[in-house]
Amino acid sequence: MSISTPEEVAQEAVRSVLSSTARPPRPDALVTSLTFWWRAMLKIKHVPEQLFDVTAFPVMFLLMFTYLFGGALAGSTGAYLQEVLPGILAMTVAMITMYTGLTLNRDIQKGVHDRFRSLPIWRPSTLVGPLLADGVRYTLAAAVILVLGLILGFRPGAGPMGVVASVGLLLVFAFALSWVWTMLGIVMRSENALMGLSMMILFPLTFISNVFVPPETLPRWLEAFVDVNPITHLVTAMRGLVHGHSVTGEIGIVLVVSAGLVAVFGPLTMYVYRKKA
Amino acid sequence: MATNDTRRPVDAETGLESPAWVPPSGLAIEAAGLVKHFGETVAVDGLDLRVPSGMVYGVLGPNGAGKTTAIRMLATLLRPTEGSARVFGHDIVDEADAVRSRVSMTGQFASVDEDLTGFENLVLLCRLWGHPRRAAKKRASELLEAFGLADAGARQVKTYSGGMRRRLDIAASIVVTPELIFLDEPTTGLDPRSRNQVWEIVRALVAAGTTVLLTTQYLDEADQLADRIAVIDRGRVIAEGTSTQLKASVGSGALHVRLLDPDQRPEAEGLLTRALDVAVRAEADPVALSARTSDPERVAQALTELARAGVGVASFALGQPSLDEVFLALTGRPAEPANPELEGETSRGPTIEEAST
Ligand SMILES: Nc1ncnc2c1ncn2[C@@H]1O[C@H](COP(=O)(O)OP(=O)(O)OP(=O)(O)O)[C@@H](O)[C@H]1O
Ligand SMILES: [Mg+2]
Repeated sequence: MSISTPEEVAQEAVRSVLSSTARPPRPDALVTSLTFWWRAMLKIKHVPEQLFDVTAFPVMFLLMFTYLFGGALAGSTGAYLQEVLPGILAMTVAMITMYTGLTLNRDIQKGVHDRFRSLPIWRPSTLVGPLLADGVRYTLAAAVILVLGLILGFRPGAGPMGVVASVGLLLVFAFALSWVWTMLGIVMRSENALMGLSMMILFPLTFISNVFVPPETLPRWLEAFVDVNPITHLVTAMRGLVHGHSVTGEIGIVLVVSAGLVAVFGPLTMYVYRKKA
Repeated sequence: MATNDTRRPVDAETGLESPAWVPPSGLAIEAAGLVKHFGETVAVDGLDLRVPSGMVYGVLGPNGAGKTTAIRMLATLLRPTEGSARVFGHDIVDEADAVRSRVSMTGQFASVDEDLTGFENLVLLCRLWGHPRRAAKKRASELLEAFGLADAGARQVKTYSGGMRRRLDIAASIVVTPELIFLDEPTTGLDPRSRNQVWEIVRALVAAGTTVLLTTQYLDEADQLADRIAVIDRGRVIAEGTSTQLKASVGSGALHVRLLDPDQRPEAEGLLTRALDVAVRAEADPVALSARTSDPERVAQALTELARAGVGVASFALGQPSLDEVFLALTGRPAEPANPELEGETSRGPTIEEAST
């Protein structure tokens, strides 16, 4: 007879948890994606600082650009605000999609994904879940801008429905664009390199657009880029929706570009995720 | 490709199993000629492994031997460059999902989420394994309780000690009882108490019918836990057998002596060589000497001689051979890959199967 040591007690307990449950049925793609969404929400709860980019960033942008350019470009800040606010909305959310890649990159480096990748689940849910959670962050950023805009004198001509529709379109585009960062987040080895690359893509994409100035005022070659820039189409569509102009064609372009981004970067992302050592 | 054909037949004296040894219960892992390249680096170089189910199987090897890479391939996290492996009869590449639903892996570096609490980490995994919400919470609490983490359950994992993290990591691996669990260096960096707790968990796992494959750098640990041990070096199995067989091949024990004065080492070395009648090794540590012997009487005599000659001894221990000594015996060189040309030149233990020649 041996004496019962604390370790032996632990052994009993461990043995009992091992035998205590039956194997549940395999969860479907929706459940696992939502579980990863929940994980991202928990991370926001524990590290609320990460919301800084979706709150402070938009406020800064809106104030800066409205008062910096408003007088010079549109004669008055009030008039300028009507045009620039949808643009800043698009630009800010496009900018913060970048954090999707940074978060994933950090996550993978920490090794958590090793465990996820060894589970018998629908693989993309590991990535889709956080993208859904990013939807929450984008909505928050949009809300911050809109509330501040309303205070400053933004008056959407098409009323609340127009605003909701334009934010909806923005979310679709942001979700599609996020796949680009997701892929880069997996491929790039360091967070800094990823940050640098993301900036290099995002700055021209957002600034060389019709967000701040009408494209007609630009040199021909620059105007050509602005015209093909998807952000330009997004901003035109959002302005239309907000103020009640007909922009069906522009909406169509945005949706096609979004579908294209997902169709190309979705599978590409899954491919690199599977390949990742 | 190295195959089983090159292994030795049954050794009459030691009763070593024949090369085609298959237990009645079947094999949990059957790997043949696994190779993994990372660019120029050959991390795993023709690994053959046959792990019978229902036991603790130890994979012993120094840093960089390819333990982690091998495990990651078997757990379907890495695709082999060459070769193939089956886990409970399922191919690790073609039937990866079937493998994933039967195995669990606790990586070398904790793969729990530092920002989340211990409880949340476990609930997350319970949900991913398919437990409904309430059952997930119940299971998570049960696991925390069993692993002695109930009090820390509501704290973020970043506040956990190494031992707590390790236990949480293992708990996360047994949310659904796996048929096979991989534990990659589960006790490296833990204090003796935490290490003991992990050992107890391993024993409980195997008692519950789970096959355990664990990697380690300590012969002592493999000896304590594993029913069979494979020694790997530079991505290949260089010896395989039970702990007894392994130790028989390298000498069953070792005397380690630390002197007070490094200047006295040559003198001590001479005295010990004469008294023990075996080769005495000067360790990298300038005050340390070691010799392969397991005869306590001789050791007592030898130590008396040292005292008589005025050689101050700071400490001595008679214990199991270290990994380094195992390697020296098996390959004729220390564990760190230093001299690739030497491989296979020196004599190997007669009682150990050879997977490669
Ligand atoms: N992703 C990788 N890219 C490049 N080389 C790698 C990679 N992973 C492992 N290696 C190399 O492969 C070899 C085997 O590494 P591995 O991590 O499998 O060894 P190990 O036995 O687990 O070592 P340790 O005891 O240090 O954990 C090493 O030389 C290592 O540098
Ligand atoms: Mg390792």
